Amino acid sequence: MPVLTHLWIIPLLPLAGAALNGLFGRHWLRRSTNVVAIGSTGLALLAALELVREFFRLGAAQIPWPQDYFTWIAAGSFRADFAMQVDQLTVVMLLVVTLVGWLIHIYSIGYMAEDPGYVRFFSYLNLFMFFMLILVLASNYLLMFVGWEGVGLSSYLLIGFYFRKNSATNAGNKAFWVNRIGDFGFLIALFLMFRTFGSLDFSAVFSQAAGMPSELAGGGVLTAIALLLFVGATGKSAQIPLYVWLPDAMEGPTPVSALIHAATMVTAGVYMVARSHVIFSLAPVAMTVVAVIGLLTAFFAATIALVQNDIKKVLAYSTISQLGYMFLGCGMGAFSAGIFHLMTHAFFKGLLFLGAGSVIHAMGGEQDLRNMGGLRKKIPWTYWTMLMATLAIAGAPGFSGFFSKDAILNSIGGPNGMYLWLLGVLTAGLTAFYMFRLFFMTFHGQPRFDEHKVHVHESPKNMLAPLGVLAVLSVIGGWWAAPELFHGGNYFEHFLFPVFSPEPGFPAAGTPNAFWYAIGRGDAPLNYRGTLEFMALATAVALIGFLIAWWFYLRKPGVPKRLAAALSAPYRLLAGRYFVDELYAAVIVRPLVWLSTNLLWHAVDEGAIDGAVNGVAEVAQDSGGILRRVYSGNMRTYAAWVVLGAVVLITILIWMAH
Amino acid sequence: MVPVSYFLMLSAALFGLGVVGFVFKRNIITLFMCIELMLNAVNLAFIAFSRMLGQLDGQVFVFFVIVVAAAEAAVGLAIVILIARNRKSLNVERVDSMKL
Repeated sequence: MPVLTHLWIIPLLPLAGAALNGLFGRHWLRRSTNVVAIGSTGLALLAALELVREFFRLGAAQIPWPQDYFTWIAAGSFRADFAMQVDQLTVVMLLVVTLVGWLIHIYSIGYMAEDPGYVRFFSYLNLFMFFMLILVLASNYLLMFVGWEGVGLSSYLLIGFYFRKNSATNAGNKAFWVNRIGDFGFLIALFLMFRTFGSLDFSAVFSQAAGMPSELAGGGVLTAIALLLFVGATGKSAQIPLYVWLPDAMEGPTPVSALIHAATMVTAGVYMVARSHVIFSLAPVAMTVVAVIGLLTAFFAATIALVQNDIKKVLAYSTISQLGYMFLGCGMGAFSAGIFHLMTHAFFKGLLFLGAGSVIHAMGGEQDLRNMGGLRKKIPWTYWTMLMATLAIAGAPGFSGFFSKDAILNSIGGPNGMYLWLLGVLTAGLTAFYMFRLFFMTFHGQPRFDEHKVHVHESPKNMLAPLGVLAVLSVIGGWWAAPELFHGGNYFEHFLFPVFSPEPGFPAAGTPNAFWYAIGRGDAPLNYRGTLEFMALATAVALIGFLIAWWFYLRKPGVPKRLAAALSAPYRLLAGRYFVDELYAAVIVRPLVWLSTNLLWHAVDEGAIDGAVNGVAEVAQDSGGILRRVYSGNMRTYAAWVVLGAVVLITILIWMAH
Repeated sequence: MVPVSYFLMLSAALFGLGVVGFVFKRNIITLFMCIELMLNAVNLAFIAFSRMLGQLDGQVFVFFVIVVAAAEAAVGLAIVILIARNRKSLNVERVDSMKL
């Protein structure tokens, strides 16, 4: 079992690619850069596929499959190894990351062809793959944190890729700082975990946590750990209140938005919560927080996406919204549904971003939806693949997003489950609306640009091929999890069942609402969940969203403007993104800058620290200035001093002798 | 026999004259001569004590002082000649180029 015993080889391949390209790429032909970048990630994908083949030969008792490579840190009772593990969750994440990552690498060859930073781009992108694979494969929280920070670094580097643009560097800094807040929570959670369990290894932490009683009433160390971990997840996965960095992150090149800010990195928070499901399942309060934050994020981000005009901004808010769905699923105890949506989202959102990149490429850099239109005939490949992705995210029956969104909506339960469910379904309708708004404004209607100036052209084949593969996956990617209702085997959930399998005396975590059962409330209001009627209702709401978009942007193109004028206050609220950025600037950023400038900079640094150092120097200088007058340079004066000293000494001696 | 105190008083008077001359005169040659005066005042004191104690140590010391004074005179007068050439003056107060 070569790959299973040498797991390290999977992350190391992209790292080698990053190092080779970063160190020598400048002196190479472009083709060599391509071979290294595509080859290293392609080999990682092959290794991952081989790993899956070997994984299926393992017995159930051998999973999770641990591999300990060397001791990384050993200090007192603390010990952290460079250790990896493979279980079903790892396999899913590994395949998503390597496959989508590889496709996006291929796409980037075409998209970045004209860019002077070509080599740098691929070096960063490979580096990202390395850290993401470390994050996914790690078998303790500290190594996971290394990957977690590493993808943050890569994200920062790639957001600020066009570093000559002020807005890009600002966006990179913003992403970095906002993520620091989340990482602070993550770190505190790790400290607390070590204090409680004496280890950061997944196996040790989870086996000890499983033995602890469920913290039904609220407070407790598990709840604290879970909430702090979730703080980390809100930063990385762009949830309320730390989502503000993701829309700005669209300053990066579009393949980066697809890979890092849609398909993989931003889902790291969901992965982390799912990985820590043992802790979360025992902390119902934290679970409720996760679910509510997720749902609110899904809803509010969707409303913002309704009125954005930048094609990438719409997709960014859509990503935030879909991530909210994933957390909703996790918070409801349906971790496998959350991971399922993570996977399908990686396919269709990756495809949407790549398609948007293809549109931007075709339009010569134009990103404003208001300046597009009528592109359907001119870029047919992009059109059809984007249609697949749009149908998938909107939840059209049979497409991948339909099954995953349905799995999450079905998991909603609890005391006020009805309201949560309605809000979730409403969000699905909003999703269908804004996605088809984007779609119609881009591809249908009359061209709203000067056709003599903009030469619309279809993208090269190496950009279209990844679109095609992802389009196929967006369509069929959900079938292997089709629920029993459609005579499907729900293979996905069964596959992940061993990971999320219940602790003794705990209802199956694979089944929805495990934690509501755990606190004895059941799911009385939602007895109809999972039936065809509910599914039809959700689909109908999405259909209404589609019809409204069709009516607004195809049948009566003047309606949106009149509506915006009629409802100017709500419209401005949405167009201004609820003014959250402005609120943060006023409440947090500006006071912090004021405090830093006036107190920390001027008072403490300049006043106290510089003051003390310069003060000592000044005293020495002043006293030296006085003393140097003694050294007049006149020798006879010195002699006079000597005489005077001698006289004084002799006087003292004589006086003492008497 | 002349008591030791007489020699010592003469020595002190010579030394005092040397000091006063050194501090108040400006001509470098004069300063030089004042230094010689002080050295010889010390020599006189050495000899006086040597005779009083009946030991030769003081007289040996005096030879050392004479040798050092001779060497000092050789080097010092060379410096004086250079100063005189460079500055066209023997005024010690004009030798102040290292003053701040």
